Amino acid sequence: MDARDALEATGVAVRAAGDGDEVAGARPRWVALPESAEEIAAVMRVCAAHDLAAVATGGGTKLHWGAPPSRCDVLVDLCCMNRVPEHTAGDLVVRAQAGVTVEALARTLAEGGQELALDVPVPGTTVGGLLATGIAGPRRFRHGTARDLLIGVTVVLADGTIAKSGGKVVKNVAGYDLGKLFTGSYGTLGIIADATFRLHPLPAARAWVTATVERPVTETVEPYVYEGKTLDTTSTDVAASLRAVIPAVTESPLEPSAVEVDWPDVESPCTVAVLVEGAAAAERAKALCALMGGGLSDAQVAEEPPPWWGRLPEPPVPDGPPGTGGAGGGEILLEVRNIPYRLAGSFVGPFMAAREAGVRAAVRGSLASHVFHVALPPDTEPGRVAAFTGELRAHMEADGEGRVVVLAAPPEAARRLDRWGRVGALPLMRRVKERFDPDRRLSPGRFLGGI
Amino acid sequence: MSELERLTARLAAVLPPDAVVTDPVRLRTYECDGLTHHRATPGVVVLPEAAEQVAAVVRLCGEHDVPFVARGSGTGLSGGALPRTDGVLIVTSRMRRILEIDIPNRRAVVEPGVTNLAITEAVRDRGYYYAPDPSSQQVCSIGGNVAENSGGAHCLKYGFTVNHVLAAEIVTPDGDIVELSAMDPGYDLLGAFIGSEGTLGIATKITVRLSRAPEAVTTLLAAFTGIEAGGRAVSAIIAAGVVPAAIEMMDALAIEAAEAAVHCRYPAGAGAVLVMELDGPHAEVEHQFAAVERICRDSGAFEIRVAASAEERAAIWRGRKSAFAAVGRISPAYIVQDGVVPRTALPRVLAGIDRLQEEYGIRVANVFHAGDGNLHPLVLFDDAVPGEAERAEAVSGRILDLCVEHGGSITGEHGVGVDKARYMPRMFTEDDLDTMQLVRCAFDPRGLANPGKVFPTPRLCGEVPGVRRGAHPLVEAGLAEQF
Ligand SMILES: Cc1cc2nc3c(=O)[nH]c(=O)nc-3n(C[C@H](O)[C@H](O)[C@H](O)COP(=O)(O)OP(=O)(O)OC[C@H]3O[C@@H](n4cnc5c(N)ncnc54)[C@H](O)[C@@H]3O)c2cc1C
Ligand SMILES: Cc1cc2nc3c(=O)[nH]c(=O)nc-3n(C[C@H](O)[C@H](O)[C@H](O)COP(=O)(O)OP(=O)(O)OC[C@H]3O[C@@H](n4cnc5c(N)ncnc54)[C@H](O)[C@@H]3O)c2cc1C
Repeated sequence: MDARDALEATGVAVRAAGDGDEVAGARPRWVALPESAEEIAAVMRVCAAHDLAAVATGGGTKLHWGAPPSRCDVLVDLCCMNRVPEHTAGDLVVRAQAGVTVEALARTLAEGGQELALDVPVPGTTVGGLLATGIAGPRRFRHGTARDLLIGVTVVLADGTIAKSGGKVVKNVAGYDLGKLFTGSYGTLGIIADATFRLHPLPAARAWVTATVERPVTETVEPYVYEGKTLDTTSTDVAASLRAVIPAVTESPLEPSAVEVDWPDVESPCTVAVLVEGAAAAERAKALCALMGGGLSDAQVAEEPPPWWGRLPEPPVPDGPPGTGGAGGGEILLEVRNIPYRLAGSFVGPFMAAREAGVRAAVRGSLASHVFHVALPPDTEPGRVAAFTGELRAHMEADGEGRVVVLAAPPEAARRLDRWGRVGALPLMRRVKERFDPDRRLSPGRFLGGI
Repeated sequence: MSELERLTARLAAVLPPDAVVTDPVRLRTYECDGLTHHRATPGVVVLPEAAEQVAAVVRLCGEHDVPFVARGSGTGLSGGALPRTDGVLIVTSRMRRILEIDIPNRRAVVEPGVTNLAITEAVRDRGYYYAPDPSSQQVCSIGGNVAENSGGAHCLKYGFTVNHVLAAEIVTPDGDIVELSAMDPGYDLLGAFIGSEGTLGIATKITVRLSRAPEAVTTLLAAFTGIEAGGRAVSAIIAAGVVPAAIEMMDALAIEAAEAAVHCRYPAGAGAVLVMELDGPHAEVEHQFAAVERICRDSGAFEIRVAASAEERAAIWRGRKSAFAAVGRISPAYIVQDGVVPRTALPRVLAGIDRLQEEYGIRVANVFHAGDGNLHPLVLFDDAVPGEAERAEAVSGRILDLCVEHGGSITGEHGVGVDKARYMPRMFTEDDLDTMQLVRCAFDPRGLANPGKVFPTPRLCGEVPGVRRGAHPLVEAGLAEQF
């Protein structure tokens, strides 16, 4: 039996792959549409028997993130696995299949006055995609990320083994926590079939406080000297303002749930927004507003979030001639983490690196959790993307604390840069991959170190 | 000469003086952890002072193919630190330095032998604390907490050890020193290591997150005539959207024991008490307190006490915190069980425990973290009465069955250790356990790190599990046909 017939024989819906099914430029041969963990297992067994490589997909919103797979025969599309089999409101727990979109899940949960306290920055993200990329939004400061809210998973391994870990209770230390391992694994260890999360009651009230730094970058005659090197003559009001105000906000006993910054372009105003949730939210927001007014302009309380809240940054529209990227361009997105103390400076870093590399950058992210994203225009010339990444990373990693990961970049640019940067335990990660997927059939080559 | 003896002879060369214990009397002080009925005298004990020394010992273990077990303070309740008579026990009690306190970055870097409470004590006056607070926090080590993913009374709101550890330096079973960090991209090996009970290596340096002390804390006690009413109140509080920092329940027998032991003066006639703590911004705590008080009254609380001072707060907690030890006052011997059920299953499981008490003629005192369904039934027995210990053991095991039947877990915080390895197949399939074993094999292909714990008779790494590749050997040899 050839591979196609074997796939058909599983009874799982299979179709030939088309133009829209490419994974970061790699075109699979077939798309399989399983409806259960058992069906995923059947597909994986065929892949094992016929030496086919597989890539899982949910909403396809972030399928171009990560390197292209070195082999890709079957796209395992989980869109049919879109049920929420279990929501026990009294236990504040939900089990959802991997293909459920986070929006659909939120609607179901809201009926019971509950929520999964994760903000997902890309519309259409599925539960599986959310876990596989480990992406999180503003409220990670209060509730953590997917790993912290995940209490159980069912996964299908490369050989078709169906395994679960955890369960449906919040407190549970029986056995290894495979959920942690699969969160952020970009589909390289197995396919997530379903996930169980701890929930939170919808907060009684929410309020936002916003404020701005009007002229984030001011030309001054004072040269900026960093470690004995004169880097520039631009002072950074943003770094100074943020440093003066943010620690007071994040450490405030008023307990904000999130502190975010949006800085869409180096010349535009930089906006800070703080979320307060729960009982007495309005009262607490007012107090935070007074605190922020001390160092920032236009501090005000709002009942609605600013329009950019919880979304990834949009790249600035370049005003000069477009870069010579040629081959179509594509999303360019970086994730930066740093320690709290360095963060204010970190926010400036991308603009400085952008200046050095001759690109435009937009920055948005969490001042409280020390993670933010940088977007560059999609047609930025590949060499410049690489130069930008190099500059930024050298700066962030200088004291061993910061990290820069290139989440998405067009192939031309990606070839010239290291997507992942510093990783402490790569040999151990390789050994984990070898055990879970010895024949390298799951998203091969998509992850760091060629995993 | 045995391999262990050969190895022991080489230990002095990699460790400071007095760091190798071979004296039989001293060795016996390490023969068990907090689960005292499992005992084994370690082959040899080492007391390293630095990661490099731990690594050197672990490398020697590899060279001689000798197993090793890590031990922190030995307060574990599942026999996780039970030594091997044919192995090395690596004790972290001389690795007790707090290496760095970094308030601007909200973190502290500590050696594994540092006690849980020592971190909070070091930062309290600056308005911070280390959130996970196991009842054993005065003694238990951070290394042990990491290994067990320990929780505490306040984990309902604040989570467990895994939610508060930012990085760990570990010595792998190969003897390499590796940094696992939440900052790093790649697999969340830190998350997998935490809770692995010493089977994936030894933590030698731990970076923990410091939390800001809340602005307001309100502690209250509500007394009910029976456990059902108490349970109703818990459900209603959670349903109202309140997440208390802690919500603990004790039944009549546990109250009786606490009264006998520490005279906690809980309201007379109480069939159940709830000890609750609300914390956060003043304004929020006020709102929540009003809601909780109303719900408790509506659910039938006949008395509510609110702590007005630190002393009163401690008094309310005293009964709850002494509960385990206190049952010693009303029973010659007891088993501390640790199981979890979904909160909504609590009434059914408690009724099931009642039936077991009748069936076996064994008393059970119930103390539990009611907010997250984590039960600590204390199974009371008299070891002088023939057969009673066995019946108590049977009741204890049947309680775990009840937990699993209702969708819960065989352990919420005390770990699997040696004690519950045999219960793992009740919760997990062979495939589940084999898959966990893949992680074990990646870290420890030779199975030298704390063998015999967590997993019931695991496969050897490299042994092929159920799913077979290619033809069956018998088919290949022409001895059978497969249909
Ligand atoms: C190519 C390039 C050009 C740049 N040009 C400019 C420019 O022209 N103007 C400008 O304002 N910025 C510039 N920056 C940004 C700048 O380097 C810093 O990021 C920022 O100004 C200050 O950051 P910071 O205060 O967080 O940290 P740093 O500048 O690193 O630190 C400020 C001080 O705090 C100390 N410190 C930092 N972290 C810790 C810690 N964890 N514990 C104890 N002490 C610590 C440092 O030793 C230093 O004394 C540039 C960056 C790059 C990459
Ligand atoms: C009275 C009492 C109350 C308790 N209350 C709670 C509670 O409220 N919540 C809770 O969660 N637990 C509780 N416990 C259980 C126990 O205190 C915890 O499991 C604690 O984390 C164990 O720490 P330890 O240092 O004593 O570890 P040990 O008992 O010495 O070891 C426990 C396990 O950790 C491993 N280990 C130790 N150090 C390391 C290291 N550096 N690296 C890798 N592995 C290591 C050991 O091999 C063993 O498997 C309680 C125990 C007692 C006696």
